[in-house]
Amino acid sequence: MSTPGEVRTWTGRVREVAVAALPPERLLPDTQPVYVASWIYVFGVLTLAAFVVVLASGAVLALAGPGWWHVSSTGHFFNSLHLWSTELFFFFMVVHLWGKFFMAAWRGRRALTWITGAISFLVSIATAFTGYLSQQNFASQWIGGQAKDGLNASGVGAFFNVLNFGQMFMWHIVLLPLLVALLIVGHVLLVRRSGVVPPLPARLAGGDKR
Amino acid sequence: MTGPSILFQLGHTVLGAVVDLSGRPRYIHSGWFLISVANLAVIVAMIVLFALAIALPFPRGRRRP
Amino acid sequence: MSSKEYPLAPDPALEWTGAKRGYDLVKELVIALVAVALLTVLLAALFSSPDAKPVTIARWANAAPRDFVATALSELDGTSGIAGYGPPYAHVKGAGQNIIDGISLERAVGVHIPINPAKTFVLDPLSIPAQSNPPLAAALNAYRDASTAQQQAWTSAYTKGFDHATFAPRNIVLPAGRYGPVATLMANLLTQARSGGLDGALVSTSRFYQTDYTNPILFLADGSYFPALAEQQNLLGSQWGMMNETGNYPGQAWLWLYTFWYQIPPFSTSSNADAQIWAIMAILSLGLIGIPFIPGVRSIPRYLPLYRLIWRDYYRAAEHGKTPPTSKPVIAGQRE
Repeated sequence: MSTPGEVRTWTGRVREVAVAALPPERLLPDTQPVYVASWIYVFGVLTLAAFVVVLASGAVLALAGPGWWHVSSTGHFFNSLHLWSTELFFFFMVVHLWGKFFMAAWRGRRALTWITGAISFLVSIATAFTGYLSQQNFASQWIGGQAKDGLNASGVGAFFNVLNFGQMFMWHIVLLPLLVALLIVGHVLLVRRSGVVPPLPARLAGGDKR
Repeated sequence: MTGPSILFQLGHTVLGAVVDLSGRPRYIHSGWFLISVANLAVIVAMIVLFALAIALPFPRGRRRP
Repeated sequence: MSSKEYPLAPDPALEWTGAKRGYDLVKELVIALVAVALLTVLLAALFSSPDAKPVTIARWANAAPRDFVATALSELDGTSGIAGYGPPYAHVKGAGQNIIDGISLERAVGVHIPINPAKTFVLDPLSIPAQSNPPLAAALNAYRDASTAQQQAWTSAYTKGFDHATFAPRNIVLPAGRYGPVATLMANLLTQARSGGLDGALVSTSRFYQTDYTNPILFLADGSYFPALAEQQNLLGSQWGMMNETGNYPGQAWLWLYTFWYQIPPFSTSSNADAQIWAIMAILSLGLIGIPFIPGVRSIPRYLPLYRLIWRDYYRAAEHGKTPPTSKPVIAGQRE
C-alpha cells in the first residue's frame, strides 16, 4: 500500500473519497440527533422495506415467467404480493414526501437529497406503469392502448412502444428497477452523508437561516 | 354503436380472496369528479396516517447504547 | 432557552453537535421489513389481485360481429382511427398533436412504427386462408390490382349495404350491391377472426418468436367493443380512467393530477389534449424536482405550523428548557 498522501492508484483514490464522505460511523451510526423523534420519520424506511418486498415478490414471479400467475394459484398469490407491496411502496413514499416537504428537508445543502427522492418517485411511476403493461391481461391491453396516445403525442412513443410486450417487460424487470435501486441507494447515502435535517429555527431565534 | 346491447363480461380470475374485489365497480360521482371507492379509501388512509404520524407522541426514553 | 444541546436555530449546513441519543438503524430496517412483509401477505390473502381476461380478436368477432366488420372495413378504406392517426404509424397530412400551434414533437420525430392499415389488418392476414381458398385468393388479387378509385367505390358501396346486413353462421347477408371483392374479403376475415386465426396472423411476422402485440391491440382499439368493456369499468380517459383499476381494486392514485387535466376544459374537448397535458406534466414534474430552488414554494413549510408539531419536543426543550423526562441525550463525542 502507498503511504498516506501519496495515493496514486484509482482504487486508492476512490477509497479515500468514499471514506472521507462516509466514514463508518457516519454510514452506520448508532446515535441520532434528539430531534429525530416523530413517527413521520419511519416512512422513509417503510418505503425502502416495501421496495424490498416488491423486488422479492417480483423475483419469484420471474422464476416461472410472465404467464405463470394466470395458471397457478401460487403464482397468483405472488402476483398479489407484488401488487400490494407496490401499493404500499407508493403509499409510504408519498407520506414520506409530504413529511419531507413540510420539514423543508432540502435545507443545508440537501437539495440533492430532495432531487434524488423526487426523481425516484417519477421513475417509480414509470416502473409501475411498465409493470401494469406486463400483466398480459385486459388491463395491459387497455392501458397500452390509452397510454400510447400521450407518449406518441410527445414523440416518445416512436421509441418506447407500450404495445410491444417484450420491450415493456424488459424495461420493467431490468432497466427501471435498476435505475430505481441506484436512485434509492444514492438517496440514502446522501442522507447518511449530510445527516437528518435539523428543525427550522425556533420562535425565539429570530431571523431565518436557509 | 347501434343494434342490440352487447352482452359482455370481464372475466376476472380471483383465487382464494377473502374479500372479492372483482365485482361491479363502486364509484363516487359528482359533476366531473369521479373517484373509485377503493382509491378514495387509499387516499383517505394516507392523509389519516400522515396526520397520526405527526400528532401521535413518539416514545421517549431510549436505552443508551 | 437555547443551549449547546438544544440550539434554537441550528445551521442545517453544519454537522449536528447538539444532543443525541442511542438508536439502532439496522434493527429499525429489519423491523420495517418484517412489518411490511406481513402487511403485504395480509393484503394479498384478503384481497388477491385483479386478472381480467384479455380480449382476443376471436372473442370480439364472436361477441360483436357487426362492430368487428365495421372496424375492418374502416381499416380497409382508410377511415379508421389508426388510418388517420399520423406518426409514429404513418405520414398523414395534418395529423399529429400540437403542444401549441404548429409545434408538434410527434411530427418532428416522425414515423418509426410503420403501419398500412389495409394491408396490416385485412389484406395480409387474408393471404393465409387464401392459400387454400381460390375464390378468396381471386378476390384478394382483384382488390390489390384495382385502382384506388375503384377500391373506394367498392368500399363505399359496402359501407352503405352493411347498414342492412344480417349475420348468418358462415356468411354476412347483404342487400344487392356492387361490392366487388370486398364482400368476400369481409366475410372471410370475419370467419378467420371467429376461428382464432386472426389473433395469430396479426402477431406473426417473418420471424419465429414474437413479443410485439402492436397490431392486434391497435385493431381492437379501433373498434367499439373493446372501449365499451373499458367504459363499464370506468377506465376511459374521460372517466379519470388513468387512476382506475378493474373491479373494486385500488388503482394508481398517484396519477390523479395527470388524469385530472383530461376532465376539464379546454383539454376535455381538445384534439391536442395529449400533447398539451404531457407538456404541463413535464413542467410540473420539473417543478417538483426543483422545489428547493423555487422561491415561494420552498418557503411554504416555514409559513405552515406543521413543522412545529413534528418537532414539538425539540422546541419545548430549546425554547423552555423542558427536556423530555426519560430520555438521556448523549452529548456528541461522549461514549459509554
